[in-house]
Amino acid sequence: MNRHCTFRIWLGACRIWLGACRIWLGACLLALAAVAEPAAPPGAELQTADFETLALRLGTAGFGEKQELVEQLAAAADPRVPALLEAMLAGALYRDVVGGGIVALQGDRRTPLAGTVRADAPGAELRKITVNNSLRSALRPLLATTRLRAPDAEVRIAAARTLTGTAPAALAATLERVRADEADARVRDALDTALASLRLADPDPAVRAAAIAVLARQSDKAILTLLEQRMAVEQDAEIAAQLGKVIASLRAREQAFALVGDLFFGLSLGSVLLLAAVGLAITFGVMGVINMAHGEMIMLGAYTTYVVQLLMPNHIEWSLAVAVPAAFLVAALVGVAIERGVIRFLYGRPLETLLATFGISLILQQLVRTIFSPLNKSVITPQWLSGSWQVNGMLSLTYNRLYIILFALAVLLALVALLRRTPIGLQMRAVTQNRAMAGSMGIRTGRVDALTFGLGSGIAGIAGVALSQLTNVGPNLGQAYIIDSFLVVVFGGVGNLFGTFVAAMGLGVVTKFAEPLVGAVLAKILILVFVILFIQWRPRGLFALKGRFVGD
Amino acid sequence: MTIRIRAGSARRFARSAAQTAAATLALTWGAAVLAADTIKVGVLHSLSGTRAISETTLKDTVLMLVDEQNKKGGLLGKKLEAVVVDPASNWPLFAEKAKELLAKDKVDVIYGCWTSVSRKSVLPVVEEMNGLLFYPVQYEGEESSKNVFYTGAAPNQQAIPAVDYLMKDVGVKRWVLAGTDYVYPRTTNKILEAYLKSKGVAAEDIMINYTPFGHSDWQTIVADIKKFGSAGKKTAVVSTINGDANVPFYKELGNQGISAESIPVVAFSVGEEELSGFDTSPLVGHLAAWNYFMSVDTPANAAFIEQWHAFIKDPKRVTNDPMEATYIGFNLWVKAVEKAKTTEVDAVRKAIYGLSVPNLTGGSAVMLPNHHITKPVLIGEIQADGQFEVVWQTDKEVPGDAWTDHLPESAKITADWQDPAINCGNYNTQTKTCSGQNY
Repeated sequence: MNRHCTFRIWLGACRIWLGACRIWLGACLLALAAVAEPAAPPGAELQTADFETLALRLGTAGFGEKQELVEQLAAAADPRVPALLEAMLAGALYRDVVGGGIVALQGDRRTPLAGTVRADAPGAELRKITVNNSLRSALRPLLATTRLRAPDAEVRIAAARTLTGTAPAALAATLERVRADEADARVRDALDTALASLRLADPDPAVRAAAIAVLARQSDKAILTLLEQRMAVEQDAEIAAQLGKVIASLRAREQAFALVGDLFFGLSLGSVLLLAAVGLAITFGVMGVINMAHGEMIMLGAYTTYVVQLLMPNHIEWSLAVAVPAAFLVAALVGVAIERGVIRFLYGRPLETLLATFGISLILQQLVRTIFSPLNKSVITPQWLSGSWQVNGMLSLTYNRLYIILFALAVLLALVALLRRTPIGLQMRAVTQNRAMAGSMGIRTGRVDALTFGLGSGIAGIAGVALSQLTNVGPNLGQAYIIDSFLVVVFGGVGNLFGTFVAAMGLGVVTKFAEPLVGAVLAKILILVFVILFIQWRPRGLFALKGRFVGD
Repeated sequence: MTIRIRAGSARRFARSAAQTAAATLALTWGAAVLAADTIKVGVLHSLSGTRAISETTLKDTVLMLVDEQNKKGGLLGKKLEAVVVDPASNWPLFAEKAKELLAKDKVDVIYGCWTSVSRKSVLPVVEEMNGLLFYPVQYEGEESSKNVFYTGAAPNQQAIPAVDYLMKDVGVKRWVLAGTDYVYPRTTNKILEAYLKSKGVAAEDIMINYTPFGHSDWQTIVADIKKFGSAGKKTAVVSTINGDANVPFYKELGNQGISAESIPVVAFSVGEEELSGFDTSPLVGHLAAWNYFMSVDTPANAAFIEQWHAFIKDPKRVTNDPMEATYIGFNLWVKAVEKAKTTEVDAVRKAIYGLSVPNLTGGSAVMLPNHHITKPVLIGEIQADGQFEVVWQTDKEVPGDAWTDHLPESAKITADWQDPAINCGNYNTQTKTCSGQNY
């Protein structure tokens, strides 16, 4: 919808702009044509008729021929060029098999671009014009060139960034003219960078020095690479010294940002661990039940997300908001059923509980396999959870991880509030601290047990919603997290939510810092060994609870 | 068609009573009569546990092929009967179930296994009891057993051509070899590393990374790949990442903005089935190397897809490379049995060498004396609909090589079960002896 709108506005504006800037365009296209298509006779401005023939040939051309056609098309002075290039890049360009015409498809909207396209052509008679990687990488700078004067400043900035380092030298004159007419300071900045990347190879040392000074301001890995490549061929000693200094400072900046990035990765892994473990911190930590079916509660939550998305296919953006309470309810109900049906007969017999809950976990897995098939299910990631926040050219934080950190903290805070500030929380703490005393005070301990177990399970269900956005939703989802969950709870100190938080974040950060050094496999082993040794030294974990009930 | 389903270990003791009864029955009135009536096809694919996701499809494929053959009037005048067992993704259980199929059910042929470790576990059983196993999955090579026919790709039919394509057509200069930590990726990467170095790639331009099974947190590894790939040289990732771990891996690639144009990923274990689990729009342009794609436009493939949809009663189900390998293996065996006029293993084995059946991509598959087949190699780019668009393919079929030519210790070894002078799977051409191992 969004893209569609900008596309239309931008198409309209392009027409106006094309009319107004004929002279500029002529020069620009000449430059492009000279670079891209040496066979074209100099000075020959391609006409609309050429656009038609070129575009129609796209329909039947092979990949190699398409590449040539695209370059010629980009040089054709026709208002339909940007629309065609954009549709092609998006893989939305089709050929009407019967009419022979070329059409861009966006959802249900069809924009005929060349030749005869029947308005009512059935979908099966539209054949997609396929693109491959080399075509896509050729299309991007070509499209960016046509967007340098787009009405939206963000589009212009993106175009300038695309051209940084990829623009052919002949585009410099065009960029300079666009730069002279540009009113927006941010776009000017981006254009300056693109220009500087071209001027790095300028024969005049003074121009090169100025370009390096411009590029030195950018925290961008791609620019660092450009500078390093220039360094390798730089002849002028003075410039080389300047380059060396700039490269060193950029590398230092890169390292600092890498450190921030690793920390972010660690915290986000920690949040996933926290989400997975916090439910267990209640069932295992507070109640003392070794619940091997905890992972399956997570899995149920993930499957609930899948079912919710099936039920509301037109509101995927909102599906997660519905899935969170739904998953909590489903997992909590199953949890209460397990507690009432099995676990309550086994209190005080940890080995039997372990075996019984392990059996339940197998039953739940096979149940899901029977109902949903053993194949993984596709849970759609809403748009707002995809992509990343580009802080600068050296640091980008992915949105899904960012939201998971916030979500994990929110869940933890809500849980702490529930335990500390509500009557039911008070009863839960009372029963777990001293069952006999709580019972004599009139608390129905059996009911509280069921509710506590339901709460722990429900939170595992919520974790499932979050995990459905990160990993596979399949019958084995829970298995992957059960060991990590126990690790976190035991390491943090049984029965201590704050300990669980610190342990999850600590293990997450340590894992992510260890991974690049020793590899993912060894990192996992090292963490396991570390926790085992730590437990030998402090059997009660990081934050041992003190009180009379400890050890009972 | 009769299908008997044997459940996995979980249901085993509940079943023992029924089994005793069945055994008594069989003894009293004629197990011999039953056995003579049908030709039994064993299906040894996991229907539960972690590998069920891929292997259930292959079980259904065999059932479909058996069904089809019976509609054509069976084989040697007898009906085929599929005997399905569930090894439950449990490697030792694979050997146990293989033994059960051969000793108790007396199957004439087995279609089964997925991971290399399951095949290695079945290997001694089929060799000792002289069974016949058709293995339909691409694997690391370095093996040729008298009793196993490998209808999936050997490294020279998948990995090496894919790397050649990237080197020559895409101009890749820097390589990330990323894999799951087990025998197939380790061996494949060892071969690829030796191959790349022989092509003049410097050691610092190769990054090798292993991750545990089911790895789900790819943030640092993808960031590392991004950093490795931003050194100014064209970089590609050669992925032997297995099954489940791929979804979070590709999601992370998409989220960190690594497009196929900047750093293409070519995968050897990602097919239509794996992609049907998620939205492929961020992956458009990443590559996979296989010997078959569902999108291949041939009459044989169209018929196969139609047959599959009719059998499975779901028009959305996809077909994939191991299914084609199963199809080829089944047809080769049928043709060999018809030629030998018996299902006796040694006769079938001798009859099958040199036999040729059409594959689904318009060519043909020939069984070679080293128990591998000829296959075309196709490179496809992932499309937004989860299908692959073929961007490159070999001119003709490539013969499967059991022992790679790119590792010095394997280059001198050859497998030939037809030549009476060699007649083994690991003949050392320098010392002119077989190593004495079983495979």
